[in-house]
Amino acid sequence: MSIPLQGGRKGLDLVPVTDEQATKKDYTSDQEVRWCPGCGDYAILAAVQSFLPDLGLRRENIVCISGIGCAARFPYYLNTYGMHSIHGRAPAIATGLATSRPDLSVWVIGGDGDFMSIGGNHLIHALRRNVNLKLLLFNNRIYGLTKGQYSPTSEVGKITKSTPVGSIDTPFNPVSLALGAEATFVARTIDSDRKHLTSVLRAAAEHRGAAFVEILQNCDIFNDGAFDVLKNPETRDTAVVRLEHGKAITFGANGEKGVRLTGRGGLEVVDTSKVKSETLLVHDVSHTEPALAFMLSRLGNVDDGVTPIGVFRAVDQPAYDDQVNAQIEQAQAAAGTGDLAALLASGDTWTIN
Amino acid sequence: MTKQVQQRERVIIRFAGDSGDGMQLTGDRFTSETAEFGNDISTWPDFPAEIRAPAGTLPGVSAFQLQFADHDVTTPGDAPDVLVTMNPAALKSQIADLPAGGDLIVNSDEFTKRNLAKVGYATNPLEDDSLSSYQVHSIPLTSLTVKALEGYSITRKDAERAKNMFALGLLSWLYNRPIETTLAFLERKFAKTPELARANITAFNAGWSFGETTEDFTVRYEVKPAVMPRGLYRNITGNTALAYGLIAAGVQSKLSLFLGSYPITPASDILHELSKHKRFGVRTFQAEDEIAGVGAALGAAFGGALGITTTSGPGVDLKSEAIGLAVALELPLIICDIQRAGPSTGMPTKAEQSDLLLAMFGRHGEAPVPIVAPQSPADCFDAAIEAVRIATTYRTPVFLLSDAYLANGSEPWLVPDVATLPELNVEFATELNHHKPDGTPEFWPYLRDPETLARPWAIPGTPGLEHRIGGIEKADGSGNISYDPSNHDTMVRLRQAKVDGIAASIPPLEVDDPTGDADLLVLGWGSTYGPIGAAVRDVRDEGGKVAQAHLRHLNPFPANTGDVVSRYSRVLIPEMNLGQLAMLIRARFLVDAMSYTSVRGLPFKAVELSEAIREVLSS
Repeated sequence: MSIPLQGGRKGLDLVPVTDEQATKKDYTSDQEVRWCPGCGDYAILAAVQSFLPDLGLRRENIVCISGIGCAARFPYYLNTYGMHSIHGRAPAIATGLATSRPDLSVWVIGGDGDFMSIGGNHLIHALRRNVNLKLLLFNNRIYGLTKGQYSPTSEVGKITKSTPVGSIDTPFNPVSLALGAEATFVARTIDSDRKHLTSVLRAAAEHRGAAFVEILQNCDIFNDGAFDVLKNPETRDTAVVRLEHGKAITFGANGEKGVRLTGRGGLEVVDTSKVKSETLLVHDVSHTEPALAFMLSRLGNVDDGVTPIGVFRAVDQPAYDDQVNAQIEQAQAAAGTGDLAALLASGDTWTIN
Repeated sequence: MTKQVQQRERVIIRFAGDSGDGMQLTGDRFTSETAEFGNDISTWPDFPAEIRAPAGTLPGVSAFQLQFADHDVTTPGDAPDVLVTMNPAALKSQIADLPAGGDLIVNSDEFTKRNLAKVGYATNPLEDDSLSSYQVHSIPLTSLTVKALEGYSITRKDAERAKNMFALGLLSWLYNRPIETTLAFLERKFAKTPELARANITAFNAGWSFGETTEDFTVRYEVKPAVMPRGLYRNITGNTALAYGLIAAGVQSKLSLFLGSYPITPASDILHELSKHKRFGVRTFQAEDEIAGVGAALGAAFGGALGITTTSGPGVDLKSEAIGLAVALELPLIICDIQRAGPSTGMPTKAEQSDLLLAMFGRHGEAPVPIVAPQSPADCFDAAIEAVRIATTYRTPVFLLSDAYLANGSEPWLVPDVATLPELNVEFATELNHHKPDGTPEFWPYLRDPETLARPWAIPGTPGLEHRIGGIEKADGSGNISYDPSNHDTMVRLRQAKVDGIAASIPPLEVDDPTGDADLLVLGWGSTYGPIGAAVRDVRDEGGKVAQAHLRHLNPFPANTGDVVSRYSRVLIPEMNLGQLAMLIRARFLVDAMSYTSVRGLPFKAVELSEAIREVLSS
């Protein structure tokens, strides 16, 4: 698949690189991994540990910050700098770190409780500010660490310990939420598809600004099989739409389904054999407005809907931290660095002799 | 006409008017002139939380009081000698504070039927005899100003608005203030509209001339300059001094400042001030909420910045969990709580000292946090540096407890020589510090300095020291996750011992006991220093024997605090809360300390404290 890298490796421009080829082992900490056997988090950890060395960055300049939940144990297992913080607040903590340290590649890990519920406010503000953070949502649509309550991404009617007759609140679609917050990079991928996962993570790493990646992740204890339809060889071709920049949006084993704009401004799924190929929607991650990407994100929100994966949006906009630092540089260039004695003696003063 | 000149040792003036009348500005300018003249000063702005309550109403009254003297003053004064009221609402809300015989200057133009009715005056107090015990100067300030500005091409509204400058001119004449700073200020303020600058200067001069020519004022007053240490002075508010202290601490520690903050009264001015100083590398982040403010500051601290968050009580409530995380992470963090009257929204612009126990205990688990409290507006500078010293030396969050009274109040400040500021040496870890059983060197993020018990501050970007920290309990030394019962017991006690150990680095509590044989100690903390000092002075002037001590460090207390409070047979603790320090002192030292408390949102008056002291002395 091809994901255009807007501005090349821009996202990592200020992070020191190394010539020494690191390996997955270098990125593996000495701590015993304590997720349940079969948890989708293992696959994501392995993918991250494997792809980070390829970025060629100095390992000490990579930081991983998490909140609370199963996913949030992630930093302990990654041999970089890391912080396991408090529930929901990781995007805020990472904002302070990234803003004061432009030489770091900062990753934020959270689950659907962390990002979509208790920390929803921090997430949308980090996204709309476009802080140079890579935010990975491990979405298993369930509360795992608290042993099985429904989450803000659980489907309506979910039977859980806290909803014995079914949940009644409408879930968030995380990609829609991120696009609504005008995130400059929004993608979705699946824990079990290592190749796709890795390519999306790489694109996120190299994006300058906030990059939001929803990773559909299986919780084999409390919500097993939630994404089976997207993984099962018999169903996945007609359930998953693989978005590729610059290509017409088609899916199905042989591309027999496609997506196009309706005359009334919506999207529809059509049989590609029955329409002219030039009427199919060509995916373009670089639209200034997130509206089309938002419509794509809604394809799964109907009965028998399909789930697009890949990069929905990747646009080049000034990153918050870069602008904060530019203001400081401009102030110092214009009038020099601060003079403490002059500051203390500023304003109306008088002398007593 | 020649006016008689009378000497005064000290004068207290209160300006009061509608929120839109510019009383804070008028007070600020009079303060600046008075500072220039060389008097000692203390100021107290007292304004409503509403930006513009309906004009002319009681909730809309904004006041500014200052005391200036030929000797050192520690408070803005109890009761005004001169009360300036710009409208009936100001008169009605303030007159009870003016002692009989006091000078009352009233803008008579505003005493219309409608305005009188608005605040419930059935008859015009300027025309009945309800003000007969005061020296009333009923002056049509608005119409005199408008008349003086005839010929200027400004609107009628702008002309009327200049009445505060007329009033300032009159007061400046009455107390013979130097006017240059005000003239220069007006030029600056209205640089873009020169006609307004000229109009305001004319209004100011007209007020001065009015004083000279009117027969209403037969006396001018002279307050000689105070004897103060030599040097360069400026007037400074608590919030500005606090911001400057943080910047100075950044320079002294060579750490870059990162402020994460959400606007809240009365702390916002620190955010405003710090956001101006980008030349010092100060980064200010206006967060989406209070939690994000402290979270970002903590994240910046993880990266090696001096992380700061500024707030008031409601914000501290929200930040509690993140402060607990900072306790667990053992990273430097400064939490500035500019206390205001609570609970809940309470009275946002009014002062209280009711967050002491919140700062002490307002977190789950055993989560000790050091507390430093400034005692005067200018002292906020030194207190901020001290808070940073503790935070960086001991790798701990520190509470800096100011309040609304210190934040907005001001006093002359002897500008310190930067060469005399404390050195704050901060070293980041760069080396591995431990060996595995097989001899391989490794990094232990929780291996402590034996003296301070501080852990190493190893920041991202340092090769070889990659490590993970978090809120889960950590194994002593290695910092790895640990649920071991005895390890948790060890870590809880270590964190407490670290904070307790700060006492070794702070000066002993000094007691001012001139005769050396007082048996009553008055103990205070924070902004009550001024009124307590004034009250103690008054009692001593009458021959009363009383000792005074004031705590800057509330956690830990100075090492000799127990000795001091046990040495006196009686201990009186005045506080603007219901006895929070008294509770700590009683619990900690088993002394039968007495409380004197007031929670009116107002600073103590010296007279109420001196009465409280006298009562104890005579019992």
